[in-house]
Amino acid sequence: MLAKRIIPCLDVKDGRVVKGVQYVDFRDAGDPVEQAAWYNEQGADELTFLDITASLEHRDTVLDIVRRTAEQVFIPFTVGGGIRAIEDIRDTLKAGADKVSIMTAAVRNPDIITEGAERFGSQCIVVAIDARRTPREGRDDSDLGPAPDEQIQWRVHTHGGTEPTEVDALEYAARVEELGAGELLVTSMDADGTKAGYDLELLRRISVNAGIPVIASGGAGSVDHMYDAIDYGRCDAVLAASIFHFREYTVRQVKEELAARGVSVRL
Amino acid sequence: MIALIDYGMGNLGSVGNALGFVGCEFEITSDPKAIAAADGAILPGVGAFGDCMANLREYGLVDAIRAYVADDRPFLGICLGLQLLFSEGEEMGRHRGLDIVPGRVIRFRHELKIPQIGWNQIVGRQECPQLEGVADGSYVYFVHSFHVVPEDESVVAATTDYGYDFVSAIRIGNLFATQFHPEKSADVGLRILRNFVRTCDGW
Repeated sequence: MLAKRIIPCLDVKDGRVVKGVQYVDFRDAGDPVEQAAWYNEQGADELTFLDITASLEHRDTVLDIVRRTAEQVFIPFTVGGGIRAIEDIRDTLKAGADKVSIMTAAVRNPDIITEGAERFGSQCIVVAIDARRTPREGRDDSDLGPAPDEQIQWRVHTHGGTEPTEVDALEYAARVEELGAGELLVTSMDADGTKAGYDLELLRRISVNAGIPVIASGGAGSVDHMYDAIDYGRCDAVLAASIFHFREYTVRQVKEELAARGVSVRL
Repeated sequence: MIALIDYGMGNLGSVGNALGFVGCEFEITSDPKAIAAADGAILPGVGAFGDCMANLREYGLVDAIRAYVADDRPFLGICLGLQLLFSEGEEMGRHRGLDIVPGRVIRFRHELKIPQIGWNQIVGRQECPQLEGVADGSYVYFVHSFHVVPEDESVVAATTDYGYDFVSAIRIGNLFATQFHPEKSADVGLRILRNFVRTCDGW
């Protein structure tokens, strides 16, 4: 049976891991390649590098990380952050990444999804959707509660989740699939960093309508949260950062606990 | 020397990295003579069936691959490199394949998500040196919407369950081909590559 995927995410800035595992045995804890190899040994199904470097001139640094990772780690990995043009997709894939994740550029210029899919295949185009709960127009009540109703929608945010747009996340998910996206990486900006759990309502609403895999992101603080994203949220994969980086769990522990609860995972 | 066949459509970098990692000497080549002289040949592939066949023709590689395989020399097809061996594919219209293995390449006929993306299990259907040490139930990495349906069931080397059992590897003598990506399948994949490289020794 197709396994649910567990995907650690590494935030990389200026070629160094800034939100990564605090591991004393690393020769160089800031080296993304060494961390990637470590996650691979633990049984990570994929890896995601999120390049949070603001300036453009660091593109080469990222490509160097991609190249070195591809030489040593033989699981699929995705690179996100700063993918603005078709040339960025080409260069990143050529350096050895299996997929790119596109966020801001996909909102601004959805053609990049179609062109990327046509040139390189849908399978390598991941569209990242950063969404935040928002009251629908005319509603001033800011208490959005745990279970949203028709009064609430999720709005797509860009620029690392800082810039709100008018785009409805559920409609956007359907549209980018049609345009050729191969996977959806759905991050709740409300839940991100809270470790209180993924936004299950958001995930479920997107997943049940999607014909392509959905990766849950933002809010994972425990294995229960991951289980919920897979079970109730209907997601195909779960991405997490802090719980792995701070060694609260290893990837293997997560998988063993999920397996004990009947989830199909690669062990 | 193993020939990694370049026809403008392959995931050559990833396969090359994995071959380098297992300590294998290889050459990325589009030259039919280099393929004819190689100890082993690998046909990778990413993209659409028809485009891949068009490129193989354009690069003048169709006869070279057919002749190579006809001699029963060590050959590894990966993903599209498996599918192209078949008679016919139905991806974006019907396309003739290399027609080395009688059978068709069809889209998954079920309601599950397509493409299948991720790790799934293989179950061996015949003794293969290429799958030596790979236990039934081992996970390997897949990315595909189409799968092969050989006419002769005896070529099936492994199957995988995605909605139903489909053929995830075939073997005919020294020809071995996988729907999954050994170069992205962690230790299991590296083992399969090492096994393949071993079958190339002495050719």
